[in-house]
Amino acid sequence: MSTRIDKRFAALKAEGRAALVTFIMAGDPDYNTSLAIAKALPKAGADIIEMGMPFTDPMADGPAIQAAGLRALKSGQGMTRTLSLVREFREDDDLTPVILMGYYNPIYIYGSERFLTDAKAAGVDGLIVVDLPPEEDEELCLPALKAGLNFIRLATPTTDDKRLPKVLTNTSGFVYYVSVTGVTGTAAPDTSKVTGAVARIKRHTRLPVAVGFGVKTAEQARAIAEGADGVVVGSALVDAMFKSLDKAGKPGTRTVKAVTELVSALAQGVRSARRATAP
Amino acid sequence: MTVQRPNSFRTGPDERGHFGIYGGRFVAETLMPLILELEQAYAQAKADPAFQKEMDDHLANYVGRPSPLYFAQRLTQHCGGAKIYFKREELNHTGAHKVNNVLGQIMLALRMGKTRVIAETGAGMHGVATATLCAKFGLPCVVYMGAVDVERQKPNVLRMKILGAKVRAVEAGARTLKDAMNEALRDWVSNVSDTFYCIGTVAGPHPYPAMVRDFQSIIGRETREQLQAVEGCLPDSLIACIGGGSNAMGLFHPFLDEHAIEIYGVEAAGHGLKSCKHAASIAGGRAGVLHGNRTYLLMDDDGQIEEAHSISAGLDYPGIGPEHAWLNDMGRVQFLSATDEEAVAAFQLCSKLEGIIPALESAHALARVPEIAAKKSKDHLMVVNLSGRGDKDLASVEAFLESKT
Repeated sequence: MSTRIDKRFAALKAEGRAALVTFIMAGDPDYNTSLAIAKALPKAGADIIEMGMPFTDPMADGPAIQAAGLRALKSGQGMTRTLSLVREFREDDDLTPVILMGYYNPIYIYGSERFLTDAKAAGVDGLIVVDLPPEEDEELCLPALKAGLNFIRLATPTTDDKRLPKVLTNTSGFVYYVSVTGVTGTAAPDTSKVTGAVARIKRHTRLPVAVGFGVKTAEQARAIAEGADGVVVGSALVDAMFKSLDKAGKPGTRTVKAVTELVSALAQGVRSARRATAP
Repeated sequence: MTVQRPNSFRTGPDERGHFGIYGGRFVAETLMPLILELEQAYAQAKADPAFQKEMDDHLANYVGRPSPLYFAQRLTQHCGGAKIYFKREELNHTGAHKVNNVLGQIMLALRMGKTRVIAETGAGMHGVATATLCAKFGLPCVVYMGAVDVERQKPNVLRMKILGAKVRAVEAGARTLKDAMNEALRDWVSNVSDTFYCIGTVAGPHPYPAMVRDFQSIIGRETREQLQAVEGCLPDSLIACIGGGSNAMGLFHPFLDEHAIEIYGVEAAGHGLKSCKHAASIAGGRAGVLHGNRTYLLMDDDGQIEEAHSISAGLDYPGIGPEHAWLNDMGRVQFLSATDEEAVAAFQLCSKLEGIIPALESAHALARVPEIAAKKSKDHLMVVNLSGRGDKDLASVEAFLESKT
């Protein structure tokens, strides 16, 4: 089984560069704006799109993504609309991988089996569910793999060598290395440590390793892209979108552009990385 | 559908932290190694007689245990049925049952070499207990408390500050206990190497529900001995209020396998179960996943967590401990509820009849006592968990009564 994610990483490996993985919150600030942003992302240089499924209690997220989720919920976003957002995105883009990221409860309440069927049909390629560690694989991870979706797991600085194999066992698509012990969007990663951490994970797996949490600038993206197979940017994009809103929280003519300009800069950073030759 | 009753209700959870379908370990990977380490450390401490001996010493000389089992004579007369006893947890140092659990966890934190403690709190009783033991053992302490609760529980905020703890008012979400717990989890994710998260109730990822239950079970064990000493027999019924459910689990657990004993948990019905402004997750919720465990939760059709409401800050939480969820499904514990108004009336009744001002939390249990007791014979022995004292609630009660006039 080869998903859009597998194909994209293989193609980028041939190109000799890392992937830019961009996160946006579905329905933030409203359905149509987030769809317009999603559609503009690939052209701006995003290689993979992560779409947040809003949740009231995002316990691993910092202030930017917490606020994004609440804006989305306020605009009426829910699971059904998030899936239809992916479907609409797929109408004109059959290549860019789309990953849904969030927390388990909205999936559990939608019904895990029904969710997997509908997500696959909508054109979703992979899932990141923050509060489902390998200890709970039977809940969603194993059924997702069976349904042909990648289940992307987070590895963190607290995931030691003894635990890594357990985390990697049912992981597919890529491994998402969380560069800091913390919530999303707060501390900047120490890029000098990232290369070593990626190498440590790669001793245990042949999957690509993408690095995220705290990446905000093109320069950070470049530095991380030198040692990793992908760079994930979330809070900075969510913030850029938020800053473009007017006082009433309404999007304007600049809103989509505010995100795509930052994505273009990040993409340049990723593309200018001098990569060590692959092992 | 008939429910398959287990041989024992006291063997849970399984090795993966499940009580039936409830419980589990639904946490971010960053925290997973930490809770595995905690599970191991707790198992070792539990098996270490020296740990238990030290804890017993602190429970006796610092907490003031055993707490009395008191015959509530005038309330008994008032109800005209069962003989009502109060388990006086409000007489513990810090004024509630919370200290039983915090002592165990702080001793464990020291044993694990942790140098910083965080906690969430609703009414502030768990925060005060944590601040107190951190002062006693010389550990820095940060307590997360919803901004709404900071406002309505000012005396406890002041107590925590005097005890040397930092109180962080949480402005996210509904600004109550649920949001305080989110923020404490975010702190823990950010400070993994030195920080111990002291959870205040029988909820959260495994091993917390089982560990907190074990530390609180002293309530039920003492009750058994004390009632045996004065009445020569076991209780016929037990009743306790339930937010997360730690005082209730502490009283109930040692008696779960005595099938003749009726067990009642009382949830907070706020403005009424039909009002959508309540905190009764068993009565008004369904199974979902939040804060590391699967349990009954208040939520909308999209799985978004709803805000709970109760006049009692300590019950103002949209979930319940997973073991309670399971005991409900098994039919072993009967879950009732009491509204804000009923709790305040019971608060006044208990104060006037017994000279004991109960916490608004405990007043929820007291609110259901008269109708249950009235139907029982005079030799029926009922134990009510008087889980906390009500000094902290005087302003809330006054405001409630004024709003009614």
